[in-house]
Amino acid sequence: MNTLVDNQIDHQDYQLHMIPTTKFKTNTIALKFARPIERDTITNRALLPFVLQKGTKNFPSERELRLELDRLYGAKFSINGAKKGENHIITLTLDLPNEKFIDAENDLLKQGVQFLQEVVANPKLIDQAFDPDLVAKEKETLENKINSIVDEKMQYANMRLVDEMCQDESFGIRSHGYIDDLDSIDGTTLYDTYQDMIKHDRLDIYVVGDVEDEVVKQLFESEFQLARQNPVEIKEADQADADQVSTISEAQKVQQAKLHFGYRTKITYRDENYPALQVFNGIFGGFPHSKLFLNVREKHSLAYYAASRFESHKGLLFVFSGIAPEKYEEAKDIIMKQHESIQEGNISDDELEQTKKAIIHSLKETLDRSRGIIDWHYQQVIGGKQETNQDVIDAIQAVTKDDVIKVANLVALDTIYLLTSEDGGAQDA
Amino acid sequence: MHEIDIPKVYETVYHKQLDNGLDIYLYPKQDVEKTFAIFSTNYGSIDQSFSPINQKEMVTVPDGIAHFLEHKMFEKEDGDVFQQFSERGASANAFTSFTETAYLFSSTTEIEANVETLLDFVQNPYFTEESVEKEKGIIEQEIRMYDDQADWRLFFGTIDSMYRHHPVRIDIAGTVESINDITADDLYTCYNTFYHPGNMQLVIAGQFDPQQMMRLIEQNQNEKSFDIPPEIDRDYGDEPIVVDQSEKTIKMPINTPKCMVGIKEKPEALEPNVLLENDLIRDLALDIYFSKSGLHYESLYQEGLVIDSLRLEYMLEKSFGFTAIGASTMEPEKFGQRVKEMLHSIKTDQIDQDAFERVKKKKYGELLREYNNLETVASNIIQYHQLGLDFRDVFPTLEQLTVDRFQEKLQSWIDEDQITVCSIVPEGE
Repeated sequence: MNTLVDNQIDHQDYQLHMIPTTKFKTNTIALKFARPIERDTITNRALLPFVLQKGTKNFPSERELRLELDRLYGAKFSINGAKKGENHIITLTLDLPNEKFIDAENDLLKQGVQFLQEVVANPKLIDQAFDPDLVAKEKETLENKINSIVDEKMQYANMRLVDEMCQDESFGIRSHGYIDDLDSIDGTTLYDTYQDMIKHDRLDIYVVGDVEDEVVKQLFESEFQLARQNPVEIKEADQADADQVSTISEAQKVQQAKLHFGYRTKITYRDENYPALQVFNGIFGGFPHSKLFLNVREKHSLAYYAASRFESHKGLLFVFSGIAPEKYEEAKDIIMKQHESIQEGNISDDELEQTKKAIIHSLKETLDRSRGIIDWHYQQVIGGKQETNQDVIDAIQAVTKDDVIKVANLVALDTIYLLTSEDGGAQDA
Repeated sequence: MHEIDIPKVYETVYHKQLDNGLDIYLYPKQDVEKTFAIFSTNYGSIDQSFSPINQKEMVTVPDGIAHFLEHKMFEKEDGDVFQQFSERGASANAFTSFTETAYLFSSTTEIEANVETLLDFVQNPYFTEESVEKEKGIIEQEIRMYDDQADWRLFFGTIDSMYRHHPVRIDIAGTVESINDITADDLYTCYNTFYHPGNMQLVIAGQFDPQQMMRLIEQNQNEKSFDIPPEIDRDYGDEPIVVDQSEKTIKMPINTPKCMVGIKEKPEALEPNVLLENDLIRDLALDIYFSKSGLHYESLYQEGLVIDSLRLEYMLEKSFGFTAIGASTMEPEKFGQRVKEMLHSIKTDQIDQDAFERVKKKKYGELLREYNNLETVASNIIQYHQLGLDFRDVFPTLEQLTVDRFQEKLQSWIDEDQITVCSIVPEGE
């Protein structure tokens, strides 16, 4: 396979990662601001991406900001906040056509960097604070968004499971913030959060595309300046024990029940058991050939979907399924049996080999997308471990059946969450 | 096999039509890791009334059968085809749209074996009454999952409100009742009529040698025998030009209401010689007025009628077409009213040359970006092929479009009785 190289420059204010590739017709730039997640500031940080997209000093409305992007040949731009382990990351992503494919243009990339500088360093301010009307409006938007999570049942069930499971851990903090905090936020307090982010967050910058490192380096030197000092360290997640399994059940007007499981693996990205955890997850529920899909869906027709996913930076693993409400007990038993079956070593050679191939395939596929390339590399920053794509493949290849059994026995069920219908299967729960 | 050069992006696609009627497009791209293949039939959820192969009389089959058939193609006498792909680390999938059923895989190893499996499983149906019965439980869960999704209900509610007879108004998966009527015989009737190579296309994109790949496909096809391609009569009913209902309200257990305004296309806009141009014009019009750089979006946002962004959809096919503008909104009625007013004002609005050139630039950038993604290129090739168009024509059509022509064509787009407003409101209101 082609080896991707992260040509990294240790700038005093940020880490610049340049990953050259000819795969794309566009260049992608991502700025990632990271710090440990905190209950006190999370709602402010959740609100920032909304406010920053609504205008800058020189593009004072959302419309003017977007018109500038149109002029950059429909550059795609987004700002979002997310939780990675016990850190909160605010990412600005700009994807713009490579000028090689446009006859009339030769400095699109430069204009792109200037645009990012404008959004990050020149927000629209009134008396050293964000515009109060704008903040009020965006608080409403965030409130509406938080209120509509309950309408997306799968997302809601995930959120509730983590709420219950990680109440006393910072991983349990909701990355979209809390409605109760909104009252106390105004243009001044939000501006404080913004300044704190610009000054002190860890900042990683990624540039992926068919462009020379020297050009990128020069552009950032000349077009991108932030007032930075003493950046914070990102945090390694705390680990808790799974003691007794708790079961939480909630009823709403739904046709399909959501049955979600939370497990503790205590295995994170830098852990030597991490490759074996990936293989365990693949055998358990990561793919259409996995035990969950084959048994819950294909063999017993209990669900349209049943899958598992792990959280690389916290050491958790989740199972999701959508089931008929009255099938709760049956589905629960079958899901738990699949885990036990792996613990007992019930893994065929085919299953093991297929799973390894599927993991390697999905890694390669990730590296065919520019955002995939960025996320994959950034995972190493958060995970505190550097490796090449070939290292990862070799590590997956080396996983044995015994390694998987060992991991299966480290994975412990912590919480079962059921969202069910008000009439249907509630009596079973 | 002939070469098709795509000048703007410096890429080459190879095309050949085999004697059995199958159209093959090969898009080699050496710098990516994976290969993506899609085998598609020009047969979707709207093809419910037709003349079966070797038969004169029209038949009507149950709602949701194309999708049901798609599910059942994966099951064979000796097991599940997913398994064969999985064993090679490939990921396989399929989808059914209004007009198309497609089977696909992506793979980073053993590409040729996967291509053979793809051709063989789609060209070798195996349906039994028993397996058909078993599938009903799974599809029922899938239908119920969609039933809980407000965005899905909004979209299909809007279409249903526009169309009185045309089967586009029916959910692609059908209903729990309709799928219960499906038999193995029905599946064979549909399969034998619509899965003839003459009605199908194969597109492969990624890392392979085109000559060698073409030989492999030809060899595979030469080993199979097919009847002469059938002439298929398809009946979509006698659809009125105007919308069926001008308003529709659906009640659901949700927190945040939603509203979507749909514009039904007049049949003359869907004629083959103008379809591509009209498709672009709808796209550009949505951009000018309703994207985040659009004037109307800004007003809707300022008036507090839209939470975050608008959902913009347009779909122009030979037998139906529509454009839709939707949003989550606390005031669905007012949103619908305002969007309607805005749509009517388009007729008299003067678009300036700069604004028009800007959206053209943006569109050009988006077309370039499509070539970042093998799946998008392959899907486009198929869609254009099924519409009888060359997929490259979008570049010159865009270049040649003038502001005068654009303005003129917008005049005949929207009349009052082409518009429908569909809302989803919380129960009990």
